Amino acid sequence: MSDLTRKTAAELAELMTSGQASSVEITQAHLDRIAAVDGDVHAFLHVDTEGALAQAKAVDEKRTAGQQLSPLAGVPLALKDVLTQEGVPTTAGSKILEGWKPPYDSTVVQRLKAAGIVILGKTNMDEFAMGSSTENSAYGTTHNPWDLARIPGGSGGGSSAAISAYEAPLAIGTDTGGSIRQPGAFTGTVGVKPTYGGTSRYGLIALASSLDTPGPCARTTLDAALLHEAIAGYDPMDSTSINQPVPAVVEAARNGDVAGLRIGVVKELGGEGYQPGVEARFHEAVELLTKLGAEVVEVSCPHFEYALPAYYLILPSEASSNLAKFDAMRYGLRVGDDGTNSAEKVTSLTREAGFGAEVKRRIILGTHALSSGYYDAYYGQAQKVRTLIARDFAKAYEQVDVLVSPATPTTAFAIGDRIDDPIAMYKNDLCTIPSNLAGNAAASFPCGLADEDGMPVGFHVMAPVMRDDLCYQVGAALESALAEQWGGVLMTKAPELEVTR
Amino acid sequence: MTPSLNDAAVVEISDALAQYDPVMGLEVHVELNTKSKMFCGCPTEFGAPPNSQTCPVCLGLPGALPVVNRRGVESAIKIGLALNCEIAEWCRFARKNYFYPDMPKNFQTSQYDEPIAFNGWTEVVVDGETYRIEIERAHMEEDTGKSTHIGGATGRIHGASHSLVDYNRAGIPLIEIVTKTIEVPGDKAAAVARAYVSMLRDLLFALGVSDVRMDQGSLRCDANVSLKPRGSSTLGTRTETKNVNSFRSVERAVTYEITRQAAVLNSGGKVLQETRHWHEDTGITTSGREKSDADDYRYFPEPDLVPVAPSREWVEELRATLPEAPPVRRARLQKEWGFTDLEMRDVINGNALEPIVATVELGVPAAAAKKWWLGELARAANESGQDLDALGVGPAEVAEVQKLVDEGSLNDKLARQVFEGLLAGEGTPAEIIEKRGLALVSDDSALLDAIDRAIAANPDVVEKVNSGKPAAAGALIGAVMKDMRGQADAAKVRQLLNEKLGI
Repeated sequence: MSDLTRKTAAELAELMTSGQASSVEITQAHLDRIAAVDGDVHAFLHVDTEGALAQAKAVDEKRTAGQQLSPLAGVPLALKDVLTQEGVPTTAGSKILEGWKPPYDSTVVQRLKAAGIVILGKTNMDEFAMGSSTENSAYGTTHNPWDLARIPGGSGGGSSAAISAYEAPLAIGTDTGGSIRQPGAFTGTVGVKPTYGGTSRYGLIALASSLDTPGPCARTTLDAALLHEAIAGYDPMDSTSINQPVPAVVEAARNGDVAGLRIGVVKELGGEGYQPGVEARFHEAVELLTKLGAEVVEVSCPHFEYALPAYYLILPSEASSNLAKFDAMRYGLRVGDDGTNSAEKVTSLTREAGFGAEVKRRIILGTHALSSGYYDAYYGQAQKVRTLIARDFAKAYEQVDVLVSPATPTTAFAIGDRIDDPIAMYKNDLCTIPSNLAGNAAASFPCGLADEDGMPVGFHVMAPVMRDDLCYQVGAALESALAEQWGGVLMTKAPELEVTR
Repeated sequence: MTPSLNDAAVVEISDALAQYDPVMGLEVHVELNTKSKMFCGCPTEFGAPPNSQTCPVCLGLPGALPVVNRRGVESAIKIGLALNCEIAEWCRFARKNYFYPDMPKNFQTSQYDEPIAFNGWTEVVVDGETYRIEIERAHMEEDTGKSTHIGGATGRIHGASHSLVDYNRAGIPLIEIVTKTIEVPGDKAAAVARAYVSMLRDLLFALGVSDVRMDQGSLRCDANVSLKPRGSSTLGTRTETKNVNSFRSVERAVTYEITRQAAVLNSGGKVLQETRHWHEDTGITTSGREKSDADDYRYFPEPDLVPVAPSREWVEELRATLPEAPPVRRARLQKEWGFTDLEMRDVINGNALEPIVATVELGVPAAAAKKWWLGELARAANESGQDLDALGVGPAEVAEVQKLVDEGSLNDKLARQVFEGLLAGEGTPAEIIEKRGLALVSDDSALLDAIDRAIAANPDVVEKVNSGKPAAAGALIGAVMKDMRGQADAAKVRQLLNEKLGI
């Protein structure tokens, strides 16, 4: 059943429930697909063949024994390499963690395992999630399955590429400034950044603690919602976790009715610097939602223009401190330990060798921004901007239920195009960053292909804190309306990858 | 000025104080006695095998996150209240960033400009005089791991071939209590410093928030000292003497720094702003790390933790659980025990207050408890240079000995020998009495035999008694006691002798 890889997670679950396929078969089909195409795509850093098949077998046995299983039991998934999984190599895309096998499971992994979701392996990413293209990975770039010469987005390019290459129906990403949503947009898939605190960060190798949010990646809105439900919810191990019930995301994804929903188009997120094909697809999607009964108005969020500079002070500040633990003393890479060097020197040599250029750049930036005498001007000011952005959102949500924008100013660009221009790279996340700064829910849904390059465009929906369901509601409405036009989800338009094995 | 001057030369303390007024600041780190660490569930018992009490959180493994120990916050609030501090309605943890291998995350989770307790005060008594000490703040933080440097001569990192790190201590809750500047008459400064640390020890013990074992490092003191010329208001450069870990050392270290700094200043030198190490054996401080105002810890609010906002109800609940303030308690106890001011001062100076309280609680009269603790145990502690609670003899042993005295099995002289045995680790009081053969002879016939022998041997004394001089019988009692090698109750001997002689 080679077409098992073309099924959605919901369909696979149904096949297993009805006894038409086993988890082992499904898992094996995806492992075969990885073996066939990942040489070109390079979505995975580590494929856990044995572990995945063992998990699949265990689920099948439970099913045979008549045990009650959760909705996604037996469905395979690709895990971003920034989340710890006990005994499985976890690098965060960095040489400094090469060979490290965590002694514990992140909360997300615990919940995946508890739900019977089969973890195929760890996906590629920009080093410590710093980047928008996966070109900053210490282990090579991931290629966009829509056009292998292009980047898949980042930092979670591996996760999104894996699902758009049909290597997995589901993936986990983490979103600090857009690292789930931007790769989602670039690969024609769904990417959701849950409300900050809605999913646990325990076991997520921190980039910026106040921004990092794990979330689901999938090819359909419903699949994303099912995965969201499986991993979300209060975790006493994460102090910033929100102790409230998980929003009714699955119900919203099944319902998808936007009649009467008030939608605000953010004035500041569009116009100059935005690719015409992106804007065209975005506005068509807005019109489509209007036709479906949504009330659309334009909304101004005047402080969004300061989001990017504020983000690039807060993120490096926190990162400079979070990454201090990589000192060669307890785990990971150790360079220069030949008996002649002091501990301090070994730390220095290891960090020099183990961190890539972008990581060093941000550590230096953050260290400077937190320094005595500069703190108020940089970190302090950035926190004030953060407050103002949160107020922009709060004010906007007085008028509308959700805000929308393009997910990214452009479509996926060519590998190597922006790697030497950090500012151009940073601008990729212009639309996604405000939601991280404010901590609210946001998601990107496929809304078509840009005329210029035939690459996917993402439609960005932002909803208030703990109203993640509203994102799914809009995404589901858009998805079903567009599917009517296209005869299926956008992914069905993706070119066939050459099977290399 | 040469660096050696900064380390070596000193002047007499009286000369130093004739020219300079010392200004002190004391920072005390208290390890709390919570069952689990400040930000994870690992146990905190002292002395476990290295790295056996660790987890991803306190090892700072990638991905791990802290969760605040509510009991730690509770203890911090209690300490703040006992030091008459204001308790923050909202405060945050902050990261103090610096690299050191015994700090797993390379930042210490601490508090910076938003401490949980601030603006307090307390009092200490020195030579009958009360001194008020202003408290700047008390804040929560975590301890670091413990480095052991192998191969160096001094146990310091310098010259070591390698170092071992034990992370059992990493993450144990600490409260740092910081005084405002303390300016008291120079000749009292060192004693006030000692009295303050001693008072904190008693207070923290009474609060039940810490084991306050200075020998195990659960109470550690850093002493900041600077000098200003007499009558001047310009503060001098301060040094910070680290880890002065006994009451006596606090007093000695402050005194030493006053004399050393005076010598530096007198020779036209400048006191360096630096961390200094205290050497218990030689009684001096030596230069450690030079510390400048440029030390930049890049503090920022800890984004992995939510703010701590203790409700006023909770604070008031905790306030209601506070024990009596130490000065009030001392006055009450003095009255209850009927001690004179002088006796009470001896008790406090001998650090014997808590042991006596505990002993009295076991039913021993206060005067007897004082007699044993000050007369025997404090004296022994002083002679061996140990703290009283490190002797291995506690209130239970004292009460047991006193019970034997009350029963007439021991007299004071024999009891002293029992204490000697206890201090030498010879076993329980009963075992020591057995081994040393110390019990009083209570068998009347044995005593009567001895009396008969004494009468027979001293006919002249008997005659004196019979001729109307009963006081002469004392010589007979002495003879009996000698015969019994002291192991008889003198009162009993007198009674039997009087019966025999018909007086």
